[in-house]
Amino acid sequence: MALPDTREASSDSGRRPRGDVRLTGVTKRFGDVVAVDALDLEVHDREFLVLLGPSGCGKSTVLRLVAGLEEASEGTIEIGGEAVEGFEAKDRDVAMVFQSYALYPHMTVRRNIEFPLAARHVPKPERDAAVREAARALDLGPLLDRKPAALSGGQRQRVALARAIVRQPLVFLMDEPLSNLDAKLRVQTRAELIELHRRLATTVIYVTHDQVEAMTMGDRIAVLTDGALQQVGPPQEVYDRPANLFVARFIGSPPMNTVAGRVVDEGEGLAVAVGSATLPLPAATSAAVAASGAAEVVLGVRPEALTIDGGVLPATVTLVESLGHERLVVCGLETGDLVIVRTPGSGEPFRSGDAVKLSAPTAALHVFDAATGDRIDG
Amino acid sequence: MASTFMGAGRRRRTVRERRVREGALAYLLLLPSLVAFAVFVFYPLVKTFSLAFYRTPPFPGLPKRYVGLDQISGVLTSSEFRSSLWITVKFGLLTVAPGIALGLGLAVLAHQTLRGIGVFRTIFSSTVATSVAVASVIFFTLLNPTVGLVTWMLGQTGGTGILQDPTWALPAVAAVTVWQNLGFTFILMSAALQGVPDDLLEAASVDGASPWLRFWRVTFPLLTPTVFFAVVIGSINAFQAFGQIDLLTEGGPLNRTRVLTYYLYQQAFKSNNDGVAAVIAISLFAVTLVLTLVQLRFLERRVSYER
Repeated sequence: MALPDTREASSDSGRRPRGDVRLTGVTKRFGDVVAVDALDLEVHDREFLVLLGPSGCGKSTVLRLVAGLEEASEGTIEIGGEAVEGFEAKDRDVAMVFQSYALYPHMTVRRNIEFPLAARHVPKPERDAAVREAARALDLGPLLDRKPAALSGGQRQRVALARAIVRQPLVFLMDEPLSNLDAKLRVQTRAELIELHRRLATTVIYVTHDQVEAMTMGDRIAVLTDGALQQVGPPQEVYDRPANLFVARFIGSPPMNTVAGRVVDEGEGLAVAVGSATLPLPAATSAAVAASGAAEVVLGVRPEALTIDGGVLPATVTLVESLGHERLVVCGLETGDLVIVRTPGSGEPFRSGDAVKLSAPTAALHVFDAATGDRIDG
Repeated sequence: MASTFMGAGRRRRTVRERRVREGALAYLLLLPSLVAFAVFVFYPLVKTFSLAFYRTPPFPGLPKRYVGLDQISGVLTSSEFRSSLWITVKFGLLTVAPGIALGLGLAVLAHQTLRGIGVFRTIFSSTVATSVAVASVIFFTLLNPTVGLVTWMLGQTGGTGILQDPTWALPAVAAVTVWQNLGFTFILMSAALQGVPDDLLEAASVDGASPWLRFWRVTFPLLTPTVFFAVVIGSINAFQAFGQIDLLTEGGPLNRTRVLTYYLYQQAFKSNNDGVAAVIAISLFAVTLVLTLVQLRFLERRVSYER
């Protein structure tokens, strides 16, 4: 990393400031609307945490609460172990990258990047050096004397990033920074952001509604909906063991298939009846379902776990989407539910109207309580 | 081949015919406003210029005498004209900058999400609904030497009166003008403030800027096109101010508030000196023209802060 690494040096002596963020019971109300509901969330030092959720789920509000642009109605927020209630945004030692980039249109790129330092009365020579380093880190050297209006979307985005890193804050807050870029640039910038985080070794809280960004960038993902935290964990864990139906359906593309079923006792363990078929549950899951006492459950199974190979679930092919490397086969079950099966792009294609039989390995079944939507797990 | 050419020619002719017909219709529709402009703008303009070349006779009925540029140079170099021009400039300085500063200040105050702020916005913009005459009469009463509220508050009751004081008459008239224009300036500045994106100010907060710095480094630079517009419009208004002068001071005391428009009015309607009045009118026209050109030039070059 080309940035002057004062922080790294002091970390050896153990005095490096901690960039951890802890939210405890944080609630934010706008009038009658509860945007964030009793949120408990801990972001570790140097972690890349992604706040993921559909639009309007309160994830941006969480970011603004941490930034100090909104004041929490209840609860406490700590940054680096210090409660920041009543601290203005400028005193929180965070930097934010806005979805719109929020570049100052009347300033050159150089002045934009310099602004956080100038606002803090950093002496001119230091300022110049820091701007040079930030510009080098983000490849902005030739653009320093341009105004934002003369830049492309990707360049503006890099200026916004440079403005954020120039001050070396404790925490970076990023509010959908890639959403205004075209698809190709987004993939490229995603990789650059990951690399930037690795070099800077600074805590990042990253808001997005794009699960691909969440899966590829986050050390951990926090899934939010309706202002409430659904699950926090490493991407693979959230994918493999979604805590509830919302997470199960939100993460993954195409989403997890979910089918309602009835719990039946098969003697040597519990099973779930879906239409005329009966799917036995693994022993541990079976015990958990028995313990929960749930009679109605929702079975979840990822499209890639399903196979069309003459299993127990009778279905009719309704649509085949060929993506080249794979085919998504949409099948209608007896119950009327539609499920998606991910099949290889090669081989004999299925046609709509084909009667098929699906099988799902027992281990790949996710069981959710139909009443609460929560995962039932062994 | 030949038929193709002929075909093309025929088509071109019909296009031309249609264009002529559309043009005729356009001029026909323009005619009413053209007539109005000719009668009320172009003719007086030309007449003014021609008047400036003729010396008005001392007694009505005597023939006007053509004097070429003599009268123009004579008026422009006269001490009366110069003092009047200087008073007008002072009037402009006293009204434009303070007016914009006040309007902007109020707009910033009212640009907050507070309960009941709408009431203040309405109050601050209310003077747009006040005519010059009404504003002048109100202040004429407030500034009355014996019963005026302002006179009393300033402890000047029984004195000569502010409007009668050679030093304070012009600032007083300027203050009334500022008050009267405040509503317009306030609305202008409020609209401009609303055009400053919130996320820029939020970014500046996170970047560590104090409210003071946010205003001067982010908000104000984005308002400059509007401020510039207000300066030009305010200057033009200052050079055209008449009503408040006529009603409050009639150019006095000791001609200390005799701005160019009032000087013009005196020459044209009190002294019946059309020639001198025409020269003053032309000078006002020139000033306004220059200000307008400056504005057009700058507005064209104005940076559009595309986002």
